[in-house]
Amino acid sequence: MPLKTSMLAAVLALASSATALAQSGTLKIVSSLPRTGSANAQTGTIVNGIKMAIAEVGGKIDGYEIVYEDWDDASPQRGNWDPTVEAQNANKAVTDPTIVGYIGTFNSGAAKIAMPELNKAGLVMISPANTYSGLTKPGMGEANEPTIYRPSGSINYFRVVPTDDLQGAVAAEHVAGSGAKKVFILHDRELYGKGIADVFQKRAKELGVEIAGFEGIDTKASNYKSLSQKVKFSKADAVFFGGTTQSNGGQVAKDLRSVGFTGMLVVPDGCCEEAFIQAAGASNLEGNTFVTFGGLPPAELTGRGAEFREGYRKMFGTDPEAYAVYGYEAARVLLDAIKRAPTKDRAAILKAVSATKDFDGALGTWSFDANGDTTNRVMSINSVKDGKFVFVRRAGDAPAGGSKTE
Amino acid sequence: MEWVDFFLQQLITGLSNGMIIALIAIGYTMVYGIIELINFAHGDLFMLGAFLALTVVGLLGLGDWSGASAWAAVVIMLIASAGFCGVLNWGVDRLAYKPLRNASKLSLLVSAIGASFILVNLGLFWGGLPMDVFAGGVAAAAPKDFPALVPNTNLLGEESLVQFTPKDVLVWAVTVPLMVGLTWIVTRTRLGKAMRATAQNPVAARLMGIDTDRVIGATFLIGGALGGFASVIYSLYNNTISFQMGYRAGMDAFTAAVLGGIGSMPGAVTGALVIGLVRSMSDAYLETRWTNTIVFGILVLILIFRPSGLLGSRAKEKV
Repeated sequence: MPLKTSMLAAVLALASSATALAQSGTLKIVSSLPRTGSANAQTGTIVNGIKMAIAEVGGKIDGYEIVYEDWDDASPQRGNWDPTVEAQNANKAVTDPTIVGYIGTFNSGAAKIAMPELNKAGLVMISPANTYSGLTKPGMGEANEPTIYRPSGSINYFRVVPTDDLQGAVAAEHVAGSGAKKVFILHDRELYGKGIADVFQKRAKELGVEIAGFEGIDTKASNYKSLSQKVKFSKADAVFFGGTTQSNGGQVAKDLRSVGFTGMLVVPDGCCEEAFIQAAGASNLEGNTFVTFGGLPPAELTGRGAEFREGYRKMFGTDPEAYAVYGYEAARVLLDAIKRAPTKDRAAILKAVSATKDFDGALGTWSFDANGDTTNRVMSINSVKDGKFVFVRRAGDAPAGGSKTE
Repeated sequence: MEWVDFFLQQLITGLSNGMIIALIAIGYTMVYGIIELINFAHGDLFMLGAFLALTVVGLLGLGDWSGASAWAAVVIMLIASAGFCGVLNWGVDRLAYKPLRNASKLSLLVSAIGASFILVNLGLFWGGLPMDVFAGGVAAAAPKDFPALVPNTNLLGEESLVQFTPKDVLVWAVTVPLMVGLTWIVTRTRLGKAMRATAQNPVAARLMGIDTDRVIGATFLIGGALGGFASVIYSLYNNTISFQMGYRAGMDAFTAAVLGGIGSMPGAVTGALVIGLVRSMSDAYLETRWTNTIVFGILVLILIFRPSGLLGSRAKEKV
């Protein structure tokens, strides 16, 4: 019967194409970053970095096609990452079996939400930007951290950036090294900002710097003139602000200068973006403002990092912003693990990622330690000149005074 | 005496902040007085006024101006933003509120929230336009620096610990005449009389031959224009604008209007000055994080003991 034969043929064809899919199919990588709101400037370059890493392997590994999707974890209402959206993203990733890697999040607070979900599913998560120490390091955050993020008991979360405990300490060392005697600490009351301010305070005290005040700001206030006057009258000769451009770092800097505070201002990497300069006004940052960054600025990268910079410029027509290389590195280490994994499933890839050792990356040669943190701890201190970040010096790899910053 | 200096400084800052809030609060209270609508779109209208001002600065290339030409620029911006916000507010009323004049107050409120969302997103879009005006249009949503056209020099001498700057002068020089003028309009002119009549009883006003739609339109126009003035002085005082600034500014102004007695103009101004001062004192003597708690705590207390606000008339339910 011709009809039956053709049906049989069709079924056979379907079956064979299904087996072909299983052997060569597609592997999906997603990123969950705030793409709506002011963080978009930074996350845009992270996404470019990811795309570049995938383009470098030709979008294919061992016959598997690598598909990348750029997810947004922000909502227009908040103009910033949104817990509801991040939770939706995590669930969506868990339920799609073709997804083998989750690059994100940008904000440490968002990571707290996604981590346990992805952990239960054994899906590997690599963050290009989270720096809150408690996400991975026992004893650095709340008492139940980081076990609360690991309901399955094993580790699935990795990050390619050095953590706040290193960065906050570097900032404190810079302030103390400048001869400052009294420092006023401000923070944005968020996980990242408060966390880094706590570390700063601890280290500053150890170094004998007096703490003039430690205050959380109202991140939606129209100005901080009264607060800035309080800082000025406290006779502090330095200010540390633990926060980001989104939590109004620009206005803090601007108001400190407008009330006539001339001391040193140090801000962490959450402010290390063009948008911060744009918000604060370049002239307010000129001179005595320093930005710590958990890595080297793109212009200071050498070796493979320099190759990355050139490639990025060729591909996107602009210089990479500070975070681009972390997006690139996160994607590369994931692709490398996919390549090494004997079978292309979540468990094997997760195992391969955690086995990453002496990875030859754009940030140098580094490994993931037992907590999932990078062993790379090179940082930089930058200042602002003519409306651009300029590199001042390397810091962090050899902590001042030979102290341990673990 | 350093603590005296510190206290004086907080007074100056608090009053300047309060004055800006007052201009916005009047816009809320006028609209509420006349159609009993809490115009949620008002704060976002104010935000768009600030973006227009920044666009004007950019188009005229005024970034580096100083002295007399900068003051001329300030005048141009004030006129442009006030006109723009006035007309826009009038337009919002025609499109979003007028068709609902006889519907329930709740529909009107929902319509206002919708208008607010639309304006916020317009601001988001506007901020991202790839014009040189916006530093090349980097990061659409990021806060934008507003050029310091008004200098920050200390009029009390550079060595004085207390800072009183041309910025503070600007705030006072713009708001006080506006408030006086507005009071004159409301109490002394035909339009003002018509506004008061419409507020008291729209049906009776209509029966007396008052074109209430025109009066309501004029109220939106004036309220919007005040928001426009406020947006320019806010931008020149704080030097940062963002598409989200309307929310907080609107919240403060709305609180001020309720604190003073919604519907009452002197009440809105009083409420705004109280909020400005409380904010500044709390920031200075307590911790910044308690400021909102204190502001809203005061609001709750006042509403418990004087439900109609500080200067509100004892509200009689309209029949």
